[in-house]
Amino acid sequence: MEIIIPILTAAVRSGTPILYATLGEIITEKAGILNLGLEGIMLVGAYTGFSVAYSSGSAWLGVGAAFLVGTLMGLIHAFICVTLKGNQVVSGLAITMFGTGASSLLGREFVGFTIPGLSRIPLPVLSDIPVIGPVFFNHDALIYSSYILVLFFCWFFTSTRPGLNLRAVGDNPRAADAMGISVTGTRYFYTLLGAGIVAVGGAYMSLAYTKMWGELMTAGRGWIAVALVIFAIWNPARAAFGAYLFGGVEAFQLRLQTAGTTIPTPVLMMLPYLMTIGVLLFISIKKGKGILFGAPASLGAPFFREERD
Amino acid sequence: MNTEQPLVHMEGITKRFAGVTANFGINFEVRRGEVHALLGENGAGKSTLMNILYGLYRPDGGKIFISGKEISFSSPGDARKAGIGMVHQHFMLIRSQTVWENMILGLDGLPLVLPRREIKERILGISEQYGLQVDPDAYIWQLSIGEQQRVAILQMLFRQANILILDEPTAVLTPQECEHLFETVRQMTAEGHGIVFISHKLDEVMGLSSRVTILRRGKLAGTLDTSSTTKERLAELMVGKKMVFSIDKKELARGRPVLECSSLHALGDRGFPAVSGASISVHEHEILGIAGVAGNGQQELCEAMVGLRKAESGSVRVKGEDMTNRAPKDFIDRGVHYIPADRKGTGLVPNMKVSENSILKRYWKRPVSKGFFIKWSEVAAFAIKLVSQFSVSTPSVETPVRNLSGGNLQKLMLGRELSDDPAVVLAVHPTWGLDVAATCFVREQLLSHRERGGAVLLVSEDLDELISMSDRLAVMCKGEIMGVLERPADVPVESIGLMMAGTVIRDEAFGREGSQE
Ligand SMILES: Nc1ncnc2c1ncn2[C@@H]1O[C@H](COP(=O)(O)OP(=O)(O)O)[C@@H](O)[C@H]1O
Ligand SMILES: [Mg+2]
Repeated sequence: MEIIIPILTAAVRSGTPILYATLGEIITEKAGILNLGLEGIMLVGAYTGFSVAYSSGSAWLGVGAAFLVGTLMGLIHAFICVTLKGNQVVSGLAITMFGTGASSLLGREFVGFTIPGLSRIPLPVLSDIPVIGPVFFNHDALIYSSYILVLFFCWFFTSTRPGLNLRAVGDNPRAADAMGISVTGTRYFYTLLGAGIVAVGGAYMSLAYTKMWGELMTAGRGWIAVALVIFAIWNPARAAFGAYLFGGVEAFQLRLQTAGTTIPTPVLMMLPYLMTIGVLLFISIKKGKGILFGAPASLGAPFFREERD
Repeated sequence: MNTEQPLVHMEGITKRFAGVTANFGINFEVRRGEVHALLGENGAGKSTLMNILYGLYRPDGGKIFISGKEISFSSPGDARKAGIGMVHQHFMLIRSQTVWENMILGLDGLPLVLPRREIKERILGISEQYGLQVDPDAYIWQLSIGEQQRVAILQMLFRQANILILDEPTAVLTPQECEHLFETVRQMTAEGHGIVFISHKLDEVMGLSSRVTILRRGKLAGTLDTSSTTKERLAELMVGKKMVFSIDKKELARGRPVLECSSLHALGDRGFPAVSGASISVHEHEILGIAGVAGNGQQELCEAMVGLRKAESGSVRVKGEDMTNRAPKDFIDRGVHYIPADRKGTGLVPNMKVSENSILKRYWKRPVSKGFFIKWSEVAAFAIKLVSQFSVSTPSVETPVRNLSGGNLQKLMLGRELSDDPAVVLAVHPTWGLDVAATCFVREQLLSHRERGGAVLLVSEDLDELISMSDRLAVMCKGEIMGVLERPADVPVESIGLMMAGTVIRDEAFGREGSQE
């Protein structure tokens, strides 16, 4: 227990950025838009969050700014994919490249600085529960809100009218359109909102996880999130499991590194990525074709009302 | 009596798509309590006109009045608010959602958090009132086509549609299901709804409608009172000139079996059984028809018989050789050719040229290919020959196939599959969506292939076509062969309908063959 609890606690912390990114991508993809710009949006979110928090002194202002800048990047993607009906893969890749470059360039002046960042707020009563308490309820507010977001989306997709309409747009935009749902409006809204949430995931890296800015600090987490969406079969709860799995292995390998094993560091650093992909691959093999049918059927395809398919 | 404002009045409606004028100056009207049939051949512009009324397409010209007020819809949402509902030919349902979820899609005026119980109760209420049975908790993908249609109709009633457009509703139903649908339609008109009933089947139009509007090639050919017209007159207006379509089918003795399957089981795309123990054989000099309501495993059966779908158990034989689960190319090499229903998806590569598409099944053979290379001059020569032989109308053989119309796509595919006298061709819905001339051409080609000694397996939803073309007719329901009828023309249509709905016919006179072995 003595060793396990800190690792699990660290798992939640280090899984949270991926969880935000995955949730953001899930809602975007539910509308039928594939956004491969996650890595870039996370980096821009991390940079924006840090720079605003550093200059204003308020970490929450940083979170808000990251969200806003994220939605702006989502707006670019939505404009290209929905209005111009461009290629979603190309647009997403361009956004990742842009975000990576822009955050590195702008972030140079912040390298090496630290901030107090988000503070830890142990939840009364809940944090006293053995094991569960320290692991889940002794964190900062951004982690708590990620729990709420997971529960909210699980409920939203199945039990609310907008959630139903969202799924309809992603599965069959033609039918959704014929039922009077605005396909364009829905796709814009969830692409923007999703990108905003992704950027908050990036901001978590710089405002809470490391409390500093580093070039390319998301280290491929955006890509892990893209894969996680598929393996989680677009289910927020499963996404949380995948994200924490990544976080857990990450925390474990960091501990191994500090304990001074003979395993070379690069191999250790690969572990979380390998493990996540391995475990999720296993799940999806077990699920077989089911995984394909969980996908929003129109994912990646632009919608033209007056064209026939 | 009819001084009342019509529910719908459309005036001078014109709609152009790239290259075609789908509607030109059309007037159309629906009154309270009437069934107004919209009659016309495939491609006449019926669906386009109604999609305009439903707010899906913007007209390029013309006016629409609802109860006397001019309106202009910018989306189906607007049309819904005006009381217009449409059940499309290809239902606009979300397959991954349940029936009750589909009912409320896009509706405003419901609470944000859905009151499931109330919604389901309302659905059951309406479904009882109109005799349209559904299970609100079933997923759309679990439903048969007939059930899906009921859901689509209920969906519109749930939205309190006052004017209901049914786009070729009977195309996918068994004769019995059609009768049931007509009952529902009569009940709705009795309550004052206005119904637009789109069809190209004259009997239905005569039996159900009070007025009929005929479209021909995008133009209005006339609006008549049904009671004062005849089938012949309607047919003439629909086709333009008297088209006599008689099939010149010679009596031929059935030859040796070419393609057989026995106790074949195969799964559908979703991993559920789609073909369950089918046994059929197609012989030389024979057309074996396969009848059945869409989605009862016909397509999967064909795919399993040409190596495109895995046979879970059972066997497939070509001229006696066991070919179970061999590669599609092995089937092609043995002269088993396949004409899929999905012309632009499975049949042809839309972005490739006519010439390239024409050699898709021979690119590894001489003279088209030589060693590692393709000889493009030979390809062009072959394509030019094919295009003229099968009268494919295309600007050139360099044109990308996506620019061809449905009839020409089908002719090109037919040419590719029939040009070197295959042992057997499997044709799925080969005349679907074609005009009369193209339909005749396709049927003639299949018949002449039969005469030359080839075998044909013909899947179609058009019972008349099947009955007149087939030497024997197998009827499929839920992946099983309900029976194989010898001389289908002599069998009452009602019995075929019963078999399509799942009755196994064991009557000796019909010569059931399905369960041999
Ligand atoms: N969305 C579309 N894009 C391009 N052409 C179309 C479209 N819809 C219909 N058409 C063309 O318009 C004509 C009329 O089609 P349609 O209204 O579907 O006929 P019908 O319903 O009477 O069979 C056809 O030539 C068809 O190819
Ligand atoms: Mg039509």
